[in-house]
Amino acid sequence: MVTRLLRHWNVLKVHRHAPWIGTALVAVSLAILPFALEAGLSRTWVRIVDFALLYAMLAMGLNIVVGFAGLLDLGYIAFYAVGAYSYALLASPHFGLHLPFWVLLPIGALVAAFFGILLGSPTLRLRGDYLAIVTLGFGEIIRIFLNNLNAPVNITNGPQGVNRIDPIQLGGMDFTKTQEILGITFPGTHLHYYLFLLLTILTIVICIRLEDSRIGRAWIAIREDEIAAQAMGINTRNVKLLAFAMGATFGGVAGGLFSAFQGFVSPESFGLLESIMVLCMVVLGGMGHVAGVVLGALLLATLPEVLRHTASPVQQQIFGKVILDPESLRMLLFGLALILVMLLRPGGLWPSPIRRRELTNATAPAKV
Amino acid sequence: MDIFLQQVLNGLVLGSVYALVALGYTMVYGILGLINFAHGEVVMVGALTALSVMTGITSLGLGLPGPLVVLLALLVAMAVCMALGFSIERVAYRPLRRAPRLAPLITAIGVSILLQNIAMLVWGRRYHTFPSIITPTPHNFLGATITDLQVFIIVISGLIMGGLLLLVHYTRLGRAMRATSENQIVAGLMGVNVNKIIAATFVIGSALAAVAGVLVSANYSIAHYYMGFMLGLKAFTAAVLGGIGNLGGAMLGGLLLGLIESIGAGYIGDLTGGFLGSHYQDVFAFVVLIAVLVFRPTGLMGERVSERA
Repeated sequence: MVTRLLRHWNVLKVHRHAPWIGTALVAVSLAILPFALEAGLSRTWVRIVDFALLYAMLAMGLNIVVGFAGLLDLGYIAFYAVGAYSYALLASPHFGLHLPFWVLLPIGALVAAFFGILLGSPTLRLRGDYLAIVTLGFGEIIRIFLNNLNAPVNITNGPQGVNRIDPIQLGGMDFTKTQEILGITFPGTHLHYYLFLLLTILTIVICIRLEDSRIGRAWIAIREDEIAAQAMGINTRNVKLLAFAMGATFGGVAGGLFSAFQGFVSPESFGLLESIMVLCMVVLGGMGHVAGVVLGALLLATLPEVLRHTASPVQQQIFGKVILDPESLRMLLFGLALILVMLLRPGGLWPSPIRRRELTNATAPAKV
Repeated sequence: MDIFLQQVLNGLVLGSVYALVALGYTMVYGILGLINFAHGEVVMVGALTALSVMTGITSLGLGLPGPLVVLLALLVAMAVCMALGFSIERVAYRPLRRAPRLAPLITAIGVSILLQNIAMLVWGRRYHTFPSIITPTPHNFLGATITDLQVFIIVISGLIMGGLLLLVHYTRLGRAMRATSENQIVAGLMGVNVNKIIAATFVIGSALAAVAGVLVSANYSIAHYYMGFMLGLKAFTAAVLGGIGNLGGAMLGGLLLGLIESIGAGYIGDLTGGFLGSHYQDVFAFVVLIAVLVFRPTGLMGERVSERA
């Protein structure tokens, strides 16, 4: 499967055996990455990579909606929130429920998909820009409810959020504790890394298979020209709804993992800026291109950490004081990135082959 | 005190501000078919600029009369916002006029985020209180309280909206704007400088935004870098409610939304038996938005149904 993926990305096609060698190399380097990071930098970096993988899943989910189907969703983080909260509420002392991980993950996915359909069914008849605003509003509504549903019946515990969420437990292994397997010691962050990596790869596979499928082609047709797609016999409404539900599902799963990994959720983590950040990952990486989106997610998820370590010292050296704190610098850069990418490189850093072809020899139709 | 009347009055004040901002959305949408996401941030920049000017003048201690200071601040804010609106159009929208629909929408979000963070750097994260240059005196009106500031807000919004209608319907510029929104290419053939008209639309919309920003922050006597987001969203809802692209619709939509919000927030506690409180005020706008889009996507006064997705 991995070979197929690599071939798909045109990474290696030099020699008959090259794909296998390449695959083996990639696999080995991914396998030793957490240990290398810990040895080279610190364990914090393994944690950062864990989060980056979560973002990659999230970005791939949004990519289905924005990249494949061309529907701008500005409230995507709401599905992440729904997934995270359904995990948190069903596996924490808050309600005294402690369902096992393998039950919770599908529940999170289903609940998120349900919300996706709930939001999608009335709104998907709308034109793209209306949809953007409605989804934005939906994201805010979810956040407002999470924030306020602590009275009179305490459901979400309000702004304090839910804490002491059960860690991931697989095969009797507690993922927050250091485990010894085959004589190698795996700290919790490393265990999470392998699980998230596995799920990310699974998501990549699903996304690529989806893109090549009948549904994927229908999505792309809708993105390119909805009226023409309809004329070709595509049930645009249902297919769009499917894109929404699929995207939401990935968001829900990532949310559940986030919840378990962090052990704590609060409405604060699900603001509009998070939605924008995931959108940035998709746009910057390359809308509609799975590999590009993963690249975008990994880049943007590690950027804040890089900034934290470089921005302040550099400013200290030049100006003698810190003018821009890393957090606002990050948001400034996001805003700039969205504008510049759209103006200068609309296909993103790593555009999909189809889009690149479109962008290079397209004579843009005049808007009448 | 009559609570219902009080809510209606509050709603009217809020609604006039929404209407002013909604006009900016609706004008740009009418001409370009584009939602100018950054419009809310223009309102915020207007409010904060005016605030800085006022604090600056009062700290100079020239002893100028209060209304003059406010007027000066308003003029500076309008100038700044007009320049801002012009540059936003020039940098972020004009190069993408022929790009796929998604592209200008994404740059608009980028501009919005950028402006918000620049404002945060310039004015900081804290809430600024509006300098109390003019202290509003409350009046009793049929059992409800209304300040002269609030009366002023309603009157000035009404005047501006009337002026805008006159501009659009009875001047050369207005005719050119209507022609451009009808069909850009044909308008160009008729000798209308389309680029100039679009820029003018952004400039006028931004001037209105500046006024709205000053009025709303004077009313709540508070301003901060994040205020543009919610306000922009609600004003957009107002524009959609009235029928986007329609000037009269934006005004009607603004007033209606203000009323819905204020009356809704006033009574939601009683209606739901205390289950939902007035902190759900912000939800109303979205519920209205979704309801309008589902049941009457063209809005109350809109007639054109767009075909192109």
